[in-house]
Amino acid sequence: MIEVDDLRRRFGQLEAVRGVTFEVGEGELFGFLGPNGAGKTTTINMLCTLLRPSEGSATVNGFDIVRQRSQVRRSIGLVFQQQTLDEYLSAEQNMRFHAYAYGVPAEVREPRIRELLTMVELWDRRKGSVRAFSGGMKRRLEIARGLLHHPRVLFLDEPTLGLDPQTRRHIWDYLRRLREQEGLTIFLTTQYLDEAEYCARIAIIDRGQIVALDTPDGLKRSVGGDLITFSTEDNERAAAEVRSRYGAEVTLSDGLVRFHAPHGETFLPEFVRTFPLRLLSVGLRRPSLDDVFLKVTGHELRDAELDEKQLLVQQGMPMRRRFG
Amino acid sequence: MAEIWRGTWVVAYRELLRFVNERSRIVSAFAFPIAFLVIFGAGFGRVIGSLAPGVDFIQFMYPGIVAMTVLTSSLFAGVSVVWDREFGFLKEILVAPIGRAGIVLGKAAGATLTALLQVGIMLLLAPVVGVSLSPAIVLGLVPIVAILAMGLSGLGLLIASFMTSQQGFQLVIQLLIFPLIFLAGVFFPVNQVPLWLEIVSKVNPLTYGVDAIRQVFLGSSESLGVTVLGHTMTLVEEVVLVGVLSAVLLGGAVFAFSRQE
Repeated sequence: MIEVDDLRRRFGQLEAVRGVTFEVGEGELFGFLGPNGAGKTTTINMLCTLLRPSEGSATVNGFDIVRQRSQVRRSIGLVFQQQTLDEYLSAEQNMRFHAYAYGVPAEVREPRIRELLTMVELWDRRKGSVRAFSGGMKRRLEIARGLLHHPRVLFLDEPTLGLDPQTRRHIWDYLRRLREQEGLTIFLTTQYLDEAEYCARIAIIDRGQIVALDTPDGLKRSVGGDLITFSTEDNERAAAEVRSRYGAEVTLSDGLVRFHAPHGETFLPEFVRTFPLRLLSVGLRRPSLDDVFLKVTGHELRDAELDEKQLLVQQGMPMRRRFG
Repeated sequence: MAEIWRGTWVVAYRELLRFVNERSRIVSAFAFPIAFLVIFGAGFGRVIGSLAPGVDFIQFMYPGIVAMTVLTSSLFAGVSVVWDREFGFLKEILVAPIGRAGIVLGKAAGATLTALLQVGIMLLLAPVVGVSLSPAIVLGLVPIVAILAMGLSGLGLLIASFMTSQQGFQLVIQLLIFPLIFLAGVFFPVNQVPLWLEIVSKVNPLTYGVDAIRQVFLGSSESLGVTVLGHTMTLVEEVVLVGVLSAVLLGGAVFAFSRQE
């Protein structure tokens, strides 16, 4: 449904997207995970034809994003990071504007508006001015609007940024239901690790490049197994023991010995039974996407964000360009 | 082509919706010209007396105020683009399959329709200030106001394409709007002022728009009209001049918008 081949985008000196290549299948929920300034929004803007790529090519629903912009635009629904509603119009008027702009036939328009506003639980508020809506309501309205013209792909740029946890969960319920019911392909960007977990596949993007691409489980497996932590009365000796017995890389911190072992559940009972020292505590943790991010990029998600910001300030480059 | 057409009407439709939704804008759109008309009219009317046989100051100024209403309301098309950009809605418009030309033409068409509405309400005041109206005058006004409004909203949109903040846009417009109005023969006949003022006023294209509207109301007149190099401009000449300039400004705005990402 989406095919991207070595897409690049430069803003003056800064290369915001440095050659990304990936494919998204029909009906897939695909996520872009990365810190602010990693190139997520720039990539989305290119795919939805708002920005011309400097190099490389991509197709969405079989249409070229440079040569067939109009067909691409009809194939996609968009929910931007910033809010893009007309606050001076009502929910219904916002929906109608979209329907007219996309040439949705009159006989489809009103039932479709009703269906979508009902789905996002805004039908009762359809006459209300958007100005009075909460952040979550506005987001829901934007999602409904993005689906109005029956797009094949829905792009969401940080759809839950700045929303409270309850609203975030709510929005995720809609998205998953949509994918199941309408077979919609969903492409989203996020910097929340827990949200990336919902995706069928995730591309981790850092400094304009894809550094890993797999299912959440596959990515976690790539870290090298589960994390085992334990403590004894003599952690130094215990660490040496683990090294010689299992040949694993061991780290010592906060009074805990840590190492990775594949198939932690079966390894742990064996470890506890045979370890020569008296164990004070034992823990097992599945690797998280945070661990994956740390491994593939060499830094944590939060650090990366700071780095990027400094980089941008140094270069005097605004990351998000204004349009129009 | 179909996309440009759809874009034009959908964008214009929204401009109208917003105009109707924002009552404060409707009120402020009239407060200014009415204040001019009432205060200047009452203040100067008796002092100045008749400017031409049967034409007193208010009757002279009224068509100019109509032109002024068109000017302020048309430039608003530009504000609305800057506004949309600031509040994000411009992205919704830019990403729709309607083409940049459609967006610009729609904004201009929306501004033109609101200008016509405002002029329509201004006309209700005509009998109150002693300006006579006839169906011929009203019919003659529509195309002239439309051409003038298209051009001026083109100018507003052209400026808006370079601006990212409302404050900046307002500042530029303020700087522009006052000389344009004061030097367009709204408040005095441009043939009867000191030479320097006469030259500046006759270079200002808005002067011909104002005079065209005035000719519709008062007919052509040597003493009140605009004389360029010994030739008094006729209504047709002025409409052609304003029309060409409007087309250029609108074309410029379309170009400026399609060039941008």
